[in-house]
Amino acid sequence: MDKLELQKKALQVRKGIIEGVHSAKCGHPGGSLSAADLFTYLYFEEMNIDPKHPDDPERDRFVLSKGHTAPGLYSALANRGYFPVEELKTLRHVGSNLQGHPCLGHTPGVDMSSGSLGQGISAAVGMALGAKRKGSSLRVYTLLGDGEIEEGQVWEAAMFAGFRKLSNLVVIVDNNGLQIDGPIDEVNSPYPIDKKFEAFNFNVINVADGNDFDQLRDAFAKAREEKERPTAIIMKTLKGKGVSYMEGSVGWHGKAPNDAEYEIAMNELNEEEKRLCQM
Amino acid sequence: MSDVKKVATRASYGAALVELGKEYDNLLVLDADLAAATQTAVFKKEFPDRHIDCGIAEANMMGVAAGLSTMGFVPFCSSFAMFAAGRAYEQVRNSIGYPHLNVKIGATHAGISVGEDGATHQCNEDIALMRAIPGMTIINPADDVEARAAVRAAYMMQGPVYLRFGRLAVPVINDRPDYHFEVGKGEILRDGSDCTIIATGLEVAESITACDILAANGISAQLVNIHTIKPIDRKIIVEAAKKTGRIFTAEEHSVIGGLGSAVAEVLCEEFPVKMSRIGVEDTFGESGPALELLHKYCLDGEGIAKRIMSELGR
Repeated sequence: MDKLELQKKALQVRKGIIEGVHSAKCGHPGGSLSAADLFTYLYFEEMNIDPKHPDDPERDRFVLSKGHTAPGLYSALANRGYFPVEELKTLRHVGSNLQGHPCLGHTPGVDMSSGSLGQGISAAVGMALGAKRKGSSLRVYTLLGDGEIEEGQVWEAAMFAGFRKLSNLVVIVDNNGLQIDGPIDEVNSPYPIDKKFEAFNFNVINVADGNDFDQLRDAFAKAREEKERPTAIIMKTLKGKGVSYMEGSVGWHGKAPNDAEYEIAMNELNEEEKRLCQM
Repeated sequence: MSDVKKVATRASYGAALVELGKEYDNLLVLDADLAAATQTAVFKKEFPDRHIDCGIAEANMMGVAAGLSTMGFVPFCSSFAMFAAGRAYEQVRNSIGYPHLNVKIGATHAGISVGEDGATHQCNEDIALMRAIPGMTIINPADDVEARAAVRAAYMMQGPVYLRFGRLAVPVINDRPDYHFEVGKGEILRDGSDCTIIATGLEVAESITACDILAANGISAQLVNIHTIKPIDRKIIVEAAKKTGRIFTAEEHSVIGGLGSAVAEVLCEEFPVKMSRIGVEDTFGESGPALELLHKYCLDGEGIAKRIMSELGR
């Protein structure tokens, strides 16, 4: 899929995020939007998956360690064909397949329950270890928040993965710079993130703009070349990316747009879609 | 019972893993730098490639086990009860319990019979913690025979299982040809009419001693062994209450949240009779030889018998 097509898909993913969070009247749009391009790249380009066979044992795995951004994952899954896009509006409703945080067995395409920060990476590490033990060539991807890596368990998992040389594992850090209580370097700075993963024996790839598909493509291609170590992709992103009033705003970490704000967001995304379609 | 053969159930755990490992290739053993103590070292020796030492990082070990189970492996996570159920509680709840993954937790060194290491390592709360996790099966075997059977049963069933083992060598009481283990089924070990002792883990052997002391004092006590704390055998508890009208529970665990609580819940709901919970009172343990601690905390046969006689006014 070329860059323009991916950009168009990412817009659909963003619209699904807004639809879901608006319908739920709660949820986490900021970090879902910062990672929307990553979700799109993984499910439309990078991962070996088939929405018609979500349980194929040889599929690549994805664990959303920053599970609160489930709206982004769900929207990517729906747009990829795992379930109807219309279902995104049931997010967080009673009886829905779309729980507030990912739940294994509830949602086609979800490979692990997650949401308690720091835990998803360990499960991904276990999957990567399991794949290696089976002699499978499948790859395991996990997405962490930059605030999430303040959790100690992340570094237990990183130590284990580096020591065990899990080269089939790709850890992505969504470095949007903001956590609930403020900028990450004012709350409890995890910087330098790249140096930390290097010290834990990872192949580290810095991405200057994780909302740019060319840069994502380069990074994931480089990750595939690594045969010895697990890879960490540290990608700078913009929290709330794609909705003007959410961009770079801590306040939109875990808040839903009201009806008026929903209209503004959808108009902006529709305008951008029109622009892309004229290219 | 000084002439009786004694085995620590942690040793049974290691031995059972070796037996199962020979039969099933997908069984893996995870440890957190305690293989020598949890007795999984024997498995490591037999199957070095299938023993994964996660180092001193129990939270990650639980998550790694969760991931491995989604890939078709059956991991047994081994650590002390304090760290398996205590430190890693939330990982067990969210990464194993919530997705109901096929992970087995082998928790050794449970209860105050840990002994000299003292209160930091004497986990008297693990059953309470694990009992509150939906879908978690909890088995607290009484001796070597039961522990081996429990490990096998845990492997054979789907879903998370918490297995509770002790450090102290305890009498082998189930070594008989007709012994049969079934998850969720209690067993009457002694018949009696004046009261029933419902015991679990190493307190089963202590309760046998207590029954003998009580008999010598003219009290006919029935003894029920409950190895599966969850799901608990409601039928055997209610029948014991109907038959003897007076229930005592005995466990090497806090009286809050363990077997005593589970039995109280059943009785209150189905057939209320007077009952008393014998266990570790609402207090931390302390250092000392295990047998001396069991005596001090009134958890040996003598202590159990005295408590029962006192409560029965005999």
